[in-house]
Amino acid sequence: MLAACRLKLAAYTMFSIENITHSIDAWLYRQFNPSMALLLESLIVGLCAIGLFTVLGLVLVLMERKVSAYMQIRLGPNRVGPGGSLQTVADTLKLAMKEGLTPDGADGFLFNLAPYIVISVAMMILAPVAFARGFQIWDLNIGVLYVTAVSSLSVIGILMAGWASNNKYSLLGAMRSGAQIVSYELSAGLSIISIIVLTGSLRISDIIASQQDGWWIFKGHIPAIISFVIFIIAVTAETNRAPFDLAEAESELTAGFHTEYSGMKFALFFLAEYVNIFIVCAIGSTLFLGGWMPLHIGHWSGFNHIMDFIPSSIWFLGKTFSLIFLIMWFRWTFPRLRIDQLLNLEWKYLLPISMFNLLLMTLIAIKGWHF
Amino acid sequence: MTKEELKSRLGELLPSATFEEGTEWTTIMIDPSAWKGIARQLRFTPGLDLDYLFCLSCVDWKTHFTMVYHMESTLHRHILVVKAKLDRSDPEIATVSDIWRTAEFHEREAYDLFGVRFTDHPDLRRLFMTEEWKGWPLRKDYEDPVNMIKL
Amino acid sequence: MIEELSTTEQGELVINIGPQHPSTHGVLHLIITLNGETIRKVEPHLGYIHRSIEKMCESLSYRQFIYVTSRMDYLSSHINNHGCALCVEKGLQIEVPPRAKVIRVLMDELTRMASHQLWWGALAMDVGALTPFFHAFREREAINDIMEETCGARLTMNYIVPGGVMIDLHPNFQHKVKEFITLFSSKIDEYDDLVTDNVIFRGRMEGVGYLSKEDAISYGCSGPTARGSGVSCDIRKLYPYEVYEQLKFEEIRVTGGDCYARYLVRMGEMRQSLSIIGQLIDNIPEGEFQAKTKAVLKLPKGEFYSRVETARGEFGVYIVSEGGTTPYRIKFRSPGFSNLSALDHMARGHKIGDLVAIMGTLDLVIPDIDR
Repeated sequence: MLAACRLKLAAYTMFSIENITHSIDAWLYRQFNPSMALLLESLIVGLCAIGLFTVLGLVLVLMERKVSAYMQIRLGPNRVGPGGSLQTVADTLKLAMKEGLTPDGADGFLFNLAPYIVISVAMMILAPVAFARGFQIWDLNIGVLYVTAVSSLSVIGILMAGWASNNKYSLLGAMRSGAQIVSYELSAGLSIISIIVLTGSLRISDIIASQQDGWWIFKGHIPAIISFVIFIIAVTAETNRAPFDLAEAESELTAGFHTEYSGMKFALFFLAEYVNIFIVCAIGSTLFLGGWMPLHIGHWSGFNHIMDFIPSSIWFLGKTFSLIFLIMWFRWTFPRLRIDQLLNLEWKYLLPISMFNLLLMTLIAIKGWHF
Repeated sequence: MTKEELKSRLGELLPSATFEEGTEWTTIMIDPSAWKGIARQLRFTPGLDLDYLFCLSCVDWKTHFTMVYHMESTLHRHILVVKAKLDRSDPEIATVSDIWRTAEFHEREAYDLFGVRFTDHPDLRRLFMTEEWKGWPLRKDYEDPVNMIKL
Repeated sequence: MIEELSTTEQGELVINIGPQHPSTHGVLHLIITLNGETIRKVEPHLGYIHRSIEKMCESLSYRQFIYVTSRMDYLSSHINNHGCALCVEKGLQIEVPPRAKVIRVLMDELTRMASHQLWWGALAMDVGALTPFFHAFREREAINDIMEETCGARLTMNYIVPGGVMIDLHPNFQHKVKEFITLFSSKIDEYDDLVTDNVIFRGRMEGVGYLSKEDAISYGCSGPTARGSGVSCDIRKLYPYEVYEQLKFEEIRVTGGDCYARYLVRMGEMRQSLSIIGQLIDNIPEGEFQAKTKAVLKLPKGEFYSRVETARGEFGVYIVSEGGTTPYRIKFRSPGFSNLSALDHMARGHKIGDLVAIMGTLDLVIPDIDR
């Protein structure tokens, strides 16, 4: 992999993915000429990304169903596969075999294009995310900016789906989703910026490296915690999850922008929603909780050394899945907000608070009042 | 007010009403053509204040209909039953949906099931049956060979 | 489920909601005139489950007609039966033995609690919180088990006869009810923690669906719907029947008139029912569970009216008898019928999401309305 790792930490464990990737990289460059090797590497990366996508979709859908079931005092899927683990495979097969209906009068090209845009956006955001030490597809110098910019493109896919369905209620639902996503991007962006102020760099590996002596949520104390809370609320709204899922609630306007989709296209929307959740939680854990960096406390080298024994990929996945669990927990606990209450929350409360918080964070960064 | 007080008060207010004996609550029989005026009096006379109409029914006595209105005063806690005899061939009585809002639905039900027409009702349509239904189901002479099974 | 019917001259949209609903209200068909998002008029179309029970009862004997009322308001089936039996006993001047009175009141209060539990779960589900539904049903199972042991059925109990109850209590009854009381006293605090104090829930409920005191009386509303507007109308307090005079309980009235007030009334009623059951369960008098009555009952010529307080409001049974073995005319005054007539008045000027909240707090059971 094209690793631009700048860390000088020497605590390698047996399960270091970086070793594997280095060895594959070295082998390819030995066997083939450079351009061919590059091509093959890109192909491998692409396939891994699609594979990750699929596995993530499978795991997250099942996780949602099991988590919701245990919260509701029932068992959830428990027939297909051991403990119900192959349920999503069965669901995907079912969706793949369903007839994909295109409604009468729908704009065929846009109708078919919309799910692919949403999926492509989700895949592209995977690029700068660091899954483990040295395991990043592309460590570009504007990593965080790239993520926020590309995630904004998904709104186009949603609006396209709503418009092309030739259905008044899909259009209404798409408009509502669009308004919601665009509004909450502001707060999410400001929360991200407040951490960037502390790190001074947009590069993901820099951000993680700066958390070597402690995660930003602890080092940045009060403003970082406020940012974190606002970030979690904003990304729950951005991914159209409850309690902000008015656009999809059944007792309101049918199923929102993806009403008219069936079969494989619906499966793509469905999967993209769950991968989006994974991505925003990954960004959240990278910025606030240290990404793949183990929990270090200042310069307590003994403690830090013990923490380093746990592989970095386990750290990353643990943090991300805890945040995913938190977001799922919200869905099954809170009632839904009305659309006017939702937009009120953003424009009247979250945005002013996050702007003030940014100023506070800047003050702290300048004065050096953080750990 | 107790039953006797209510009876005497009503006797003063509505000289044309006749009282029924031996019932649990004070029951009066009135002339349907005077119903609107009487209803207003019952509702708005201080001391009577019968503001809670809790049951509006119609009884088919084969020779005539009787409208039965059960009402209560939430202030004084007395209950009055008002009855009015209607002509079976052309049952018609004034609406009281502007005095007691609950009567709107109840009168629609009486119209639907018995065919009683309420003059000046804002929206007199069938309530339970479909719009095209013929006949008045709860009347004693209602025949429906398809739906009614006589054992 | 929602399809556009037409557009009026002012450009207002006319849409359908129902008769199939994702919530548990039953087959209610509403025709809503919308101006943008705001409701201008709500028109209920009834009759989808009209079974002409009143006509049917004209050919059923006085022992038989009682059980048809279980199918009317199936959530307060016991209380409906109670009302019918009281009317027949009034006509025949039957004296009910004290043991039967206490048993009837115990069953009434258990039924009231079961009905309110289902209402709570369904309301939370309508508003978007999907988990409380499962909690409510779990506690309701305890009541259903008690009912099943004694009465033989879980929903339509068919337990009351004119003169008393059909069979004596199961020997386990006291023990099980005491267990239930201990279980539920802690659970109802959980319910309050989960839903009542939730900010989002309060935002959906407060200020929505205002019904003033005068309007409540004028529309003939009774039960928690009217008590939420400050009207004192608890039949158990005003015209006590059975043993209610000797019991210590409060009539819960909240002057607020909005959905949240009605919600609080029902939560308070659940606690009061629990206290009534606690007062009675240790003091069930010994003796007969049924008064001696003839096999074939013939009410004397005349009219009889009885009123009971069901979970929804005041249920009235009006029997006109001509001295035969079957009633000449029966009229059931159902609480839902009058409560529903206030829906149009309450919903004007609100959004569709609020309509769902209002219907939830009205606690409509459509078979009760349609008879």
